[in-house]
Amino acid sequence: MTWLWFHKLASPPHFYRIAGRWLPWLGWSAAVLGVTGLVWGLVLAPSDYQQGEGYRILYVHAPSAWLSTFTYTTMAVSAAVGLVWRMNVAHSVSASCAPLGASFTFVALATGSLWGKPMWGTWWEWDPRLTSELLLLFLYLGYMGLRSAIEDQTRADRVCALLAIVGVVNVPIIYYSVEWWNSLHQAPSVMKFGKPTMPASMLVPLLMMFAAGTLFAATMVLMRARGEILRRERVGTWLEAAVGESVALTGEKR
Amino acid sequence: MSGTPSLFEMARLQMVRDLRLALRRGGEWLQPLVFFLVITTLFPLTFDSQLSRLRDVAPAALWVSALLSSLLALELLFRDDALDGTLEQLAVSGTPLSWVLLAKTAVHWLLTGLPLVLMAPVVAGALGAPYEAIPGLLLPLALGSITLSLIGAIGAALTLGLRRGGVLLGLLTLPLTVPVMIFGAGASVRIIAGQSAAGPLYLLAAVAVLALALAPLAIAAAVRINVE
Repeated sequence: MTWLWFHKLASPPHFYRIAGRWLPWLGWSAAVLGVTGLVWGLVLAPSDYQQGEGYRILYVHAPSAWLSTFTYTTMAVSAAVGLVWRMNVAHSVSASCAPLGASFTFVALATGSLWGKPMWGTWWEWDPRLTSELLLLFLYLGYMGLRSAIEDQTRADRVCALLAIVGVVNVPIIYYSVEWWNSLHQAPSVMKFGKPTMPASMLVPLLMMFAAGTLFAATMVLMRARGEILRRERVGTWLEAAVGESVALTGEKR
Repeated sequence: MSGTPSLFEMARLQMVRDLRLALRRGGEWLQPLVFFLVITTLFPLTFDSQLSRLRDVAPAALWVSALLSSLLALELLFRDDALDGTLEQLAVSGTPLSWVLLAKTAVHWLLTGLPLVLMAPVVAGALGAPYEAIPGLLLPLALGSITLSLIGAIGAALTLGLRRGGVLLGLLTLPLTVPVMIFGAGASVRIIAGQSAAGPLYLLAAVAVLALALAPLAIAAAVRINVE
């Protein structure tokens, strides 16, 4: 009986309702934490003695890098749930993760490149971290391409779920192979921001940005999953009632 | 149960059938090999035809060409059997699907992977690899091409029945082949330089064993979804 909540989530109307109830909480806490963390990190935190003001891109870069992998894990886990329990809702969540994760990966790569130019003197280095992040972007793009190529919804869900799971097996292999490959040529890159060496005035806003990013990702995934459910269930009879209700709610706010 | 062939008998029958079909279809299985030769010919033309400088790119040329032609060959793997319903029959035959598909992939490797491996010494020699290093180049390429066939079969099974699956197949498969490429090319670089390649070779073998164990499950799952 303790798993009742889990099986209940498999019902699209129930998920749609629950997600709608969670959305404002997640969204607003993400916004508050994000704005606080950004102002604190970009303006109030002390500048680095070595990198000056340039290090502040960290407050965007590190959370996006973390979310690029976290979103992939979420995508693969919900794909596996969808495949095992044949949950349509889980496939919707998985499908919603892909564009979001690809965007985080792109932001992480772009900010990393911008950061690399002044600090390392190059836009791009075939460093293990950078290379495996780039490959992660390709994995996301492949997933999205495959999904858009298959017209039949059920088949697209299951095929893409399989791809996400195969990818998750491969991600650690890619990571380590790239690291070993590169260690033949150069010393591993120095991650200067190991947590113990960071003063609290820099660390606290960074942690806030991590939390804000994660909450933001959860908000976006739930919003997109709701949209996905609307699209898939457009013939469902429960939809009229549910959408009518949410229209009524937003109507009050306006 | 008396009428049911054993697993090994089933695999043997499947392999004989696939081989016979491929050979009767004419030279289609030779096309990836020709493609491999054409790409490797392009490297001296686009890079530098001096053998001493070509030697530096020889491992890269060898491995990238092998990867691309194995990708090209994948189209042959399931296409005809998906069209005429053979895959569906295999899926309901009662023999573990992953086992049968492993046999099919093995034949595919014999026809498209092994010729590349055997041709590689000629190509490597033409690209300026020293003669004493050439026999050593066979082992990494053999190990790597087995893994490439297995990973590629996952991609081919995922894109089964898609009309414009070709580019997508590349997009799906290439990121997954990165470890093979890194360890394979790494081993080849060391062999050409006359060093011990044991490290990358062991890793290449480990990846091959992992793919041999896990890929058939993924291939079978993807085929099952797509023939349903």
